[in-house]
Amino acid sequence: MSAKPRIKMPERASAGEIIEIKALVQHVMETGNRKDADGRPIPRNIIHTFTVTFEGAPVLSADWGSGIAANPFIGFYFKVPGPGTLEFTWIDDAGERTIERAPVSVA
Amino acid sequence: MRQVRQFRIASRRDVLVGALEGAAVLGLLTSTAGAVLSADDDRRSIAFWNLYRNIIGEAEPVEGKVALTLDEIAENGNNVPFEIAVESPMTDGDYVKSLYLLSTANPQPGVARFHFTPLSGKAAVKGRMRLARTQDVIALAEESNGAFLIATRRIEVTIGGCGN
Repeated sequence: MSAKPRIKMPERASAGEIIEIKALVQHVMETGNRKDADGRPIPRNIIHTFTVTFEGAPVLSADWGSGIAANPFIGFYFKVPGPGTLEFTWIDDAGERTIERAPVSVA
Repeated sequence: MRQVRQFRIASRRDVLVGALEGAAVLGLLTSTAGAVLSADDDRRSIAFWNLYRNIIGEAEPVEGKVALTLDEIAENGNNVPFEIAVESPMTDGDYVKSLYLLSTANPQPGVARFHFTPLSGKAAVKGRMRLARTQDVIALAEESNGAFLIATRRIEVTIGGCGN
């Protein structure tokens, strides 16, 4: 997960509005079902957990299996309570944790 | 001195539940179980049925309030867009707790589980999945009152998602 995740959301929202957020991160999402050229199994390495919080309060979480495609994309909704910061976290089998933050501006 | 031993005879239900839980755990963890097909349905894997039963227990899922959107044909099983939306007021007293996306014929049947909160606003998600071959894809939603909602979509896969 070296590349910076991409977050797409409206630049401004009003309090109480439900907005759509799209998040994309680069990851191989290795299933653990494949073998290398010498026939040895390639160990699983997937992002198994994705969480979103707003000012520390949970918004959404996802547990992913190997059936989620590489470079996982997720679109979901968020009911804006007011201005603040969203925090997105991706955690993979190697223990690597990617964190991205996005401000929520309220018009 | 005589030792008194007490045996608890396992009831039939204990044995059944134990077997089911064991199988469900195996279904989640092993990659081979998914390839085995059940006798009553030649397309849905045993791993799928175990996981499905593990999630819903004795509940009878209701159709109609979950919309699962997939293309009818996926040319590339490595990257199949999905959208799931559940009809729910998403208030503190009436909301969707969890939403499961299940594959009936991938090596691992559990594709994703989503948890919503009052800050979610809508019980809806989209993403991209892998599909090993033509199959039914199932979305299962668990409501705050414990009821389950279900949607099933059949999708034809031209080239299976490799390695899954």
